[in-house]
Order: sequence, then structure tokens, then C-alpha cells
Amino acid sequence: MLLIECPYCGVRPELEFVYGGEAHIARPAAEAKATDAQWADYLYARTNTRGVHAERWRHTRGCGRFFNALRDTMTDQFVATYRIGEARPADAAPEGNP
Amino acid sequence: MKQVFSAFALLKQGLAGQRGWREQWRSPEPKSAYDAVIIGGGGHGLGTAYHLASEHRLANVAVLEKGWIGGGNTGRNTTIIRSNYLFDESTALYDHALKLWEGLSQVLNYNVMFSARGVMMLAHTVHDVQIIKRHVHANRCNGVDNEWLTPKEAKAFCPPLNVEDNIRYPVMGAALQRRGGTARHDAVAWGYARAADTLGVDIIENCEVTGILRDAAGHVEALETSRGLIRTRKIGVCAAGHTSVIMNRVGVRLPLESFPLQALVSEPIKPVLPCVVMSNGIHAYVSQSDKGELVIGAGTDAYTSYTQRGALHVNTHTLEAICELFPTFRRLQMLRNWGGIVDVTPDRSPIIAKTPVPGLYVNCGWGTGGFKATPGSAQVFAWTIAKDEPHPINAPFTIERFRDGTLIDEAAAAAVAH
Repeated sequence: MLLIECPYCGVRPELEFVYGGEAHIARPAAEAKATDAQWADYLYARTNTRGVHAERWRHTRGCGRFFNALRDTMTDQFVATYRIGEARPADAAPEGNP
Repeated sequence: MKQVFSAFALLKQGLAGQRGWREQWRSPEPKSAYDAVIIGGGGHGLGTAYHLASEHRLANVAVLEKGWIGGGNTGRNTTIIRSNYLFDESTALYDHALKLWEGLSQVLNYNVMFSARGVMMLAHTVHDVQIIKRHVHANRCNGVDNEWLTPKEAKAFCPPLNVEDNIRYPVMGAALQRRGGTARHDAVAWGYARAADTLGVDIIENCEVTGILRDAAGHVEALETSRGLIRTRKIGVCAAGHTSVIMNRVGVRLPLESFPLQALVSEPIKPVLPCVVMSNGIHAYVSQSDKGELVIGAGTDAYTSYTQRGALHVNTHTLEAICELFPTFRRLQMLRNWGGIVDVTPDRSPIIAKTPVPGLYVNCGWGTGGFKATPGSAQVFAWTIAKDEPHPINAPFTIERFRDGTLIDEAAAAAVAH
């Protein structure tokens, strides 16, 4: 089981959290003009990174708040956690498949 | 020269001290060019190469495998075979595979130990009863065998099953697909490898693909690999959990996420469990291998990962359910557990299709249940690669279905991964 550092509550066991999928996926701005392909990309396509992955977690059985995390999907080690609205930490390794 | 396996060959080798057996497939150096290259040496990839050579007469085919053949999900799954899916498209695909399973040992001259011992799916709530009965009726309309059993009938078919009404989720009935069962997973990889090799397919292990090169028109023309450049105009990707890693290299984003899926086996015991038992409701999947081990499938972890391991609480959850259904199993010790990386689509149906890149084909998204489809998937994917158009059976399983809204939503039908 992972130990996850909630930016509000501190380090807690994984069972208190719910995974929220890839982070920083923007909803199409001009909704009425967005094409089917843009909607499909937003709803379904994922980078599925092998390496440092930006993702959302929700501390459901704690403070209830969403936050973002950087985790290496080759080791499951967390690189950083940060609050919604904050930029992705710059010191982390660049995202992408090694 | 082909080495035929038969009772006569066994007798002859027995008299000769078993010294005349040869390797079952070659380990060739990669050539500089092939008519078609398959990335991924699991059951689906090796089977695809076999069908390209046997059915479509492609003489010059290679399978590239990063590790060793059958070392990924083919060697890590719990070997359950069934075709009792809800939707017409799924039933056509999985039942095509099941029909091929029934004759596979003879076709490959390799004993894949397919055993149609029956797959029983349990219902624990009124909702389960309704949805499973709906599956039974849908299957029968599609010509696929499936039948409803009362708890008493389920107990008669599977004696160790606890059908008392004093457990947390009592068994309220079950669906039974008698044609379903299990097969020997390693033998599937080995059988396809041997049969493909006999037809001239080069099986190249320890060969990782590091890049896909395209010509001026965008058509694929070569692969960069850890064992050198390989030219080809047709590439079939059968890389399961690592499909996104390969497809991202040519800029194709797919609706896939990779999760760890765990399995475990008990110490071997005498035959005690005559069929496969599954419960989607309380998440238990168990059968008994011919070695005597109970083979248990656990769930996926919540987060994407490529680690091939998962958390203990996922296994514990499954074991608690199994101990409640089979109280006699409580005293068994678990022998080992492991994980595999499964690529999951949003609708839990696979993608077997052409891609936006000419000459590049993909067979992925099998999620937690790809083993059962191996022979059918291989046959229709080989067709797609050879003819540059889908076989009627895999025509609905496109990438574009996510754009066009024509999902094959087995995720909603089963309510869980399947």
C-alpha cells in the first residue's frame, strides 16, 4: 500500500484516497465549437506515461479535497504532491516516455 | 525440419533415451527487412504471426519481444476462457476465439491443455440475479451456451461452494457456461511460437523497439530496435500494457491506461474445485490448475503503473471473498503472488484496428481479460494486417468508436472489470 502525502493533512495510507486519473487535462474552451475528435481526446485519450506522471488524488476519507501528485509509474514513488491550481513542480523530471 | 509431437514420437524418443528432441523454435539474428513485424511476443503477437504465415502466406515475418516470449501477461494471467459477454460485437469476437480454442491443440500439434470444465458466475443480490439472467438470455439469443442455476444446482455442479444463507453475500444463483474453462497459458505461447517458426517466422527475443520511422508520405518504413534497424512496411503492435509507450513514439494518443493486475496461487492440493468460479459482485475468481494449485485472480490497483506488482490489500480483499464462498480453503497457504500490467480502455472492450499511421496496426486494450481471446484475436488481427482492412468480427473494435460514440460498453454491462 502506498503512503501518500496530502498537501493539507500530511502522510496517510492509500486506502484514505481515491485516484483521480491524469492531471492537467483541460476541457475544450469553446465547447460549442469543439469537434468530436477534440471531445474524444479530452474524455478518453491519455498519455499513460511510463515515468513521472502528473495525476489527481482525492483525500476522500480525510479532508475530502482534490490535489495533484507527481509519481514515477516505474517505481510507484511519489516525487511531489501539490495543491490544485498550483503549477506542476519545475524540479521534477520531464514527463514523457523514457 | 518439422518435429511432430505424437505418441509414436514419444515412444521412439523413449527408446532412444530422450536424446533426439530438438529445440522447438530457432533463435535467429534479425534480418534487415521483413514483410511484416509484430511487436510483442505474447500469445496475441505470436498467434498473429502464425496466422500471417499460415493463412495469408506472408513468408517473411518477425516477432520482436523485449524480454522472453510469454513472459508478460500470457504467463501471468489466470487462464480463464469464456465467451458469455453481453453485447453482440463482444459475443462474436469471444465466441470466435472459444471455437478456435476447442481445436487449437490439434491445429498447432501442441497440447495447450484446453479444458472445458465450465465457468460459473455467481449472483449475490437481486441486481446480480437480474443482470446475470439478462446475460444468459442475450447469450442464448446469440447462439452462445449459458444457463441459469439455482443455488442448489450450483452446489451440485461445484460441491465445495458455500450456498448457506448466513454469509455476508449469499449465493442467490449462478450462470454456467459449460463450454468455458481453462488452458495452459505457457503452452499457448510455446505452441504458437513453434508453429510460426516452422512456417519461417523469426522469433527475436531480447529485442526492444526504440523507434518507428516513417517515409515522406507518413507510411511506416522501419523500426529502430536494440538489435539494429529493421525495415518493414507493416507493423502490428501487440504490446499489452506497454502499447501507449510504443504508440506515443509515433504521436498516436490512445484511450488506454495501464494498471497492475495481481494473481496468486495456493499450495497444490488434490482435485477439489471442478470448475471455474467467478463472482463480479464480491470480486473472486478461482479455478484449480492441473498441478493442484488454486489459481486466484485479484483486482487491479487504483492507480496507473508499470511496476508489475501491486498492493497486498487488493489480494486480501479477494481472499476474504473466496474464504467466505469456500470455507474449506481457509487453511490453505498461498504459495506466490505476482502482477502484470494491463491496458484498459474506457469501455473495457479491446481495440483491434488500423491506426492513423499508414502501415501501423494495433491490437490492445484487452484489460483484465485478454487471454481468453488469444486465438480469435490473433486470427482477425492477422487478417487486418494482411488485407489492410478489418475482418467483419473486429470491424467494430476501432479507435474511432470513442470519437463517434459507438462504444461497446462491457464496462457498464459487467459493472466491474471483466
